[in-house]
This record gives sequence, structure tokens and C-alpha cells, in this order.
Amino acid sequence: MEFPTYTRGRALRRAAAAVAALATVTLVASGCALTAASDDASSGSGSGGTESIAFVPKQLNNPYTDVVLGGGEAASKAIGYDYSVVGPLEASASSQVTFLNTLTQQGTNVIVIAANDPDAVGPALKEARDGGAKIVAFDSDTDPGSRDVFVSQTDAQAVAQIQIRQMSEQIGGQGDIAILSATANATNQNEWIDFIKEEVDTNPDYAGITIVSTVYGDDDDAKSFQEAQGLLQANPDLKGIISPTTVGIAATARYLSTSEYKGKVALTGLGLPNEMREFVKDGTVTAFALWDPAELGEVAAYAGQALVDGTITGEEGDTFTAGDLGDRTVGADGVVIVGPPTEFTADNIDDFDF
Amino acid sequence: MPDQTVTSAPEASAASPSSPRAGARDRDPSARAERALRRRRLLTGRGAIMVWALLATLLVCALTVPRFASVQTTGFLLLDAIPILMIAMPMALVVITGEIDLSVASTAGLTSATMGVLWAAGWGIPEIFVVCVLIGVVCGALNGALVTTVGLPSLAVTIGTLALYRGLALVVIGDNAVANFPPGLTSFFTSKIGGTGIPTVMIGVVVVILFFGVLLHFSSFGRALPAIGFSKEAASFVGVHVGRAKFWMFVSTGVVSALVGIYWTLRYSSARSDNATGIELAVIAAVLLGGVSIFGGRGSIPGVVAGVLIISSISYALRLGGISDVVLNVVTGLLLVGSVVTPSLISVVREKTRARRAARAVLARSAEHA
Repeated sequence: MEFPTYTRGRALRRAAAAVAALATVTLVASGCALTAASDDASSGSGSGGTESIAFVPKQLNNPYTDVVLGGGEAASKAIGYDYSVVGPLEASASSQVTFLNTLTQQGTNVIVIAANDPDAVGPALKEARDGGAKIVAFDSDTDPGSRDVFVSQTDAQAVAQIQIRQMSEQIGGQGDIAILSATANATNQNEWIDFIKEEVDTNPDYAGITIVSTVYGDDDDAKSFQEAQGLLQANPDLKGIISPTTVGIAATARYLSTSEYKGKVALTGLGLPNEMREFVKDGTVTAFALWDPAELGEVAAYAGQALVDGTITGEEGDTFTAGDLGDRTVGADGVVIVGPPTEFTADNIDDFDF
Repeated sequence: MPDQTVTSAPEASAASPSSPRAGARDRDPSARAERALRRRRLLTGRGAIMVWALLATLLVCALTVPRFASVQTTGFLLLDAIPILMIAMPMALVVITGEIDLSVASTAGLTSATMGVLWAAGWGIPEIFVVCVLIGVVCGALNGALVTTVGLPSLAVTIGTLALYRGLALVVIGDNAVANFPPGLTSFFTSKIGGTGIPTVMIGVVVVILFFGVLLHFSSFGRALPAIGFSKEAASFVGVHVGRAKFWMFVSTGVVSALVGIYWTLRYSSARSDNATGIELAVIAAVLLGGVSIFGGRGSIPGVVAGVLIISSISYALRLGGISDVVLNVVTGLLLVGSVVTPSLISVVREKTRARRAARAVLARSAEHA
């Protein structure tokens, strides 16, 4: 079988190949950071006639998503649905499809999804609907044709306006700013960025502001950190960064707080108070905004229940009750608005815990 | 099922064209022994072991996971497995020749991005397909040229082109996604053959598998590949065009990756720059699990097909059982470590004992002379 004599070169080559193989193996095996999944295995469709609701976030183990899911879980328990969370470990376009397929097979009654890509999940959602599932999109919309309702945090334009207004206040309405987003195809981020650009182009109050670049941290902490670093290296005159994603703003704040730009370069965007608290306290960040993510999950769960019960069909003008949060009305294109965002500053940040 | 292709001293003669004394073959004891060996390999070779393991996996999944044994599973599972299955075929051949290609997923992504841009620009589907396949040829040829003519290690080259092709995909389409492909076409790519649950696209995939299976096991070109992986110098001496063979192997991974890019785009009806990110590792994992040696020189197509389907089945069964992907990563990793490390450990132990024996023999001989 083998030749008994080996030259040193071959032994080395073999060792190198073995190292390469092991590196590959480790890469595959580690795949992602091993943090405990937020839910225990659920048996899928209720055997005792209970309805089941499954949340499919953009990715698991995202701090913002975890707060949303917490709200979703509480509301699901309140309405007596079997609650489960399934989702990919990385926020790529097609990674959600296989989970939708298994949910379809399990006969899940309500699928609540935040789409990584509005179109890639379309065919899988159609199959799920053919199987009788109700589809509620939340956080990031799918193609309107492949879901029943879309639960939106708040009006996209309002979110964009708050961010650019906070930025303008902090830099005195003058200077170059940049945007650090999540993934290049994120539906919600791109919508906000478009509105921000539109505001800068059309609103005379922001005539002195120029958006010099938009970069993508893929909602990955390390990549966002590096992108923030790169932004400031590439644009020494940068006055501020807007990061409309919780992962991005936290990573950028962490970079700024340890750099020479601390307090000199403004940072606004959408962040979680618990993650941003220290940066507000140490003067890196003056103001940022967000809605209560838990309410988003709650409204999504109640919307799912209303769809199953036939209270709403996703038509404009339909009304349902979202538990303690009160009534919500379905607007144009099946969009349900949760509520206006909250602005956080040093004065009020300690009043919030999420 | 063809037998495991293993290059070894007695089989080197079998790899070369058979002797003209075909009539005498039955009376030739060494040929008879070889045929018996092959028959035994058919049932107990590494490739065969993987096929048995696949059947066992499917049986266990069907018995323990509710709803796994269904037509729906077949469809969803195969649709998910097709990209890995397709690329694993040429990848198996590349690894058998002792090389590796990490740029396959990026090639698929670049194809997908180009497809989107051309479709948005109003090109027809047939022309787009042709351009996509050409992109695959060019991407593969670049890898092949750098590895064979410049003589760089393929690991370094393809890590470079992994980043290069993914970067080009971003240049081509940026952060846009093109999704308005003709519904007839996209629904064809997710359609099933009648009531069997088998995706229609599987017909094409089977053709690809058969092509590479026949190439590796039943053609003189393919029979030479393990020889290259086993010893490049020896293969050159017996007249194998090592460089040319490797070059075409890389072209074939490029072309198949381009086909996967087309499939990916139409299955998910979304052309984006980040399509198929990271599947190169899944492919290599499946290839190694399927019994292809990372050192080159051995492997079989049926084993690789079984390897891909084992990983796909386990992941689908775990998802159906509502178990997190975290567990899935751990399981895949353990499988892989086990399948790669075990044969290596065995050969290391063998090597050591043989070396000790040889040393003792030398000592004994020198003692005689003294």
C-alpha cells in the first residue's frame, strides 16, 4: 500500500496537508460561536390541538432579536400558543429557507419572520401558506405578496428623520457623515438609509451635511468594529456616523470610546439602552433612538392569533387587540405600526432596561 | 457501483491499459485474485462503508424523527443538498489529485451576481446561461493556471480567489438584489417530479454525478488522477500529463460552481452578491466524510454522494426535530474529525511499527556483518 521510504519534503507536505485539513474541520465545526440557543426543542405542531407559533429571526444570538423574541414568547404564552424559535446562525439570504421548509412540514399555524432577503424566502413562504400557515413578517419585510401582515416597529420615515435630526443637532448641521449599516440587502436598513439620504438631499436644514460613504458590518460585531475603524481612517474629516443597527452602533461606540475620536466624532443610530449605557455615560454617545423591541414581538404574536381566529385577514382597516398594548389597526399594504421610537440621552437612559 | 479507486503497487498495472492476453485472464491467478479483491471492496471498501452508513442514517432518522419519512422531506432535503452535491463531484476529483479548491462558493456568488445584472439589463435567459458557464470556465481556468503553470499551492491560490471572486461579485451587483426572474423558470427549479417529491432539477444533478463517476472510475484519464495525488513524480514517469489533468480539474470545479450559481439564483429567486457564502467548507466536509483522502490518492464518487447525503439528512432531521443549528455544527464537526482523523491515526501507528521493524532489521543485519 504505502511506500516505506519518505523524504523529508514529503513528510513536511503531508504535515502541511494535515494541518490544512484540521483547520478546515475546525472551521466547519466551530461554524459560529457556541452560545446556548434561546429556546428548548419544541415538538412542532401541537399534538393536543393547541396552535403553534414559530419565530424565524434574521439570525439567532442577536441581542436585539433576543429582546423581540422575549416579547413574542410572553405574548404567545398569554394566548396559549406553542412557541418556538428557529433560525440560522448567520444572517444570509437563503439560510432561512430550510427552516421555513421544516416549519411547513411540521404544520406550524403561524410563522413570524424577519426576512434577510425579501425575495429569497418568497417561494418557501408560498409553500407554507399552501400548507395552511399564516405569515406575519416583523422587523424586516418580505415581499408583500408572500405574507399576511407586516408588523413594523414604526413608520420608516419617522425612524430616519429622528436619526438625521439627532446627527444634525450634534454636528451643528455642517460636515461629512457616514452610515454603517447591517447587511447590504437588509430591507429595513436600506429603507431607512434611503429616507435619510432623501432628507439630506431635500431638507434645507441639512444642506451643510454630506453623506460620504455607506459601509456594511453585516451585523457582525468584529466586522462592524473594523468598518468603523476604516471609516475614520479613510475620512479624517468625518463629523459623525449613523448606524441604524444595534450591533453596528454598539461596535462603533466601542471603537470610538477607545480612540482619539471619542467625543469628537458624533454617533447616533438605533441601539439597545443596556448596550449603550456605558458609552452615553462616558461621553462617547450623546443621543440615539429605538422603540421597545419587546412590543414588536408581542404585537407580532397577537397579529398571528388574530389571523388564525379570522379576526383580521390583512385587509386595510382591520383591527385587533394586542393584549395590554391596546388596539392596533392594519394600514395600507397590510402594515401594522407598533409605535413611535424613543430617544435616549444621558437624562433618561437609566429608566429603560432592555 | 464502481469499486474504490486506490492506487497501490499491485493495482498500478490495472490502471494502465490491460494486457493484450485477454483470453488468458481467467487462468492468470493474479488477475483472479484482483477480481476477488474488487468484489470484496464493492461491499467493504471505504465508499461502500459510507453508503451503508447513509442507509443506516436514513433508517434511524425515519424511525426517531416524526414526519421525516415523507415525500415532503425528500423534496426539501434534496433541494437543500443539491448545491453541495453538485460541487462535491468535481471537488472530489480535485482532492484526489492532491489539490483543493476553496473558491467554489465565491464562483457561484459571482455567477449569481452576473446573472442578476444581465437579467436586469434585459438579456435573454439562454444567453445569460452561456455567459454564466463561461464565467465558471474563466474562474476555474485562472485557479488552474496559477496552480499548474505558476506552480503555486492550490490552498494559497484558492484562498486568494475566494476573496477575489466574492469581491468581484460585489463590484458587479453591489448591494442590490435582482428578483424578478420569470415565475415559470423559478417555479420549475423548485418543482418536483410527479408525486415522488424528487425535485425535477435532480435529473441534471444525476447527469453530473454520472459524468464524474464514469470519468473517475471508468476512464483512463480518471484512473490516472489518484496516481497524481499519490505521487506526482511517479505519475509523470508513467506518462500522465499532471499539469494538464489538474488544470482541467479546476476548470470543472469552476463550471459546476457556475451551474450551482444559476441553480441557487433561480431556486431562491434572488440574485445577490452573497449567495452561497461559505458552502465551500460544507462541500469539503462532505467530500472528506465521503472517504476522499485529504492527502490525495484515494476516494470514490459513490462514497462522496453518500457523504453529502449523510450530512444533509442529519441536518434536516435535527431541524425537523426542532434542534438548534448550534448542535448541528457540533455534530458535523465531530463526524468530520472522526472520519478524517481515524484513518490518519491508523496509518501513523502502522508507519511507526513498520519503521521500528525496519530499524530492527537493519540493526540485525549490521550485527551479522560485524
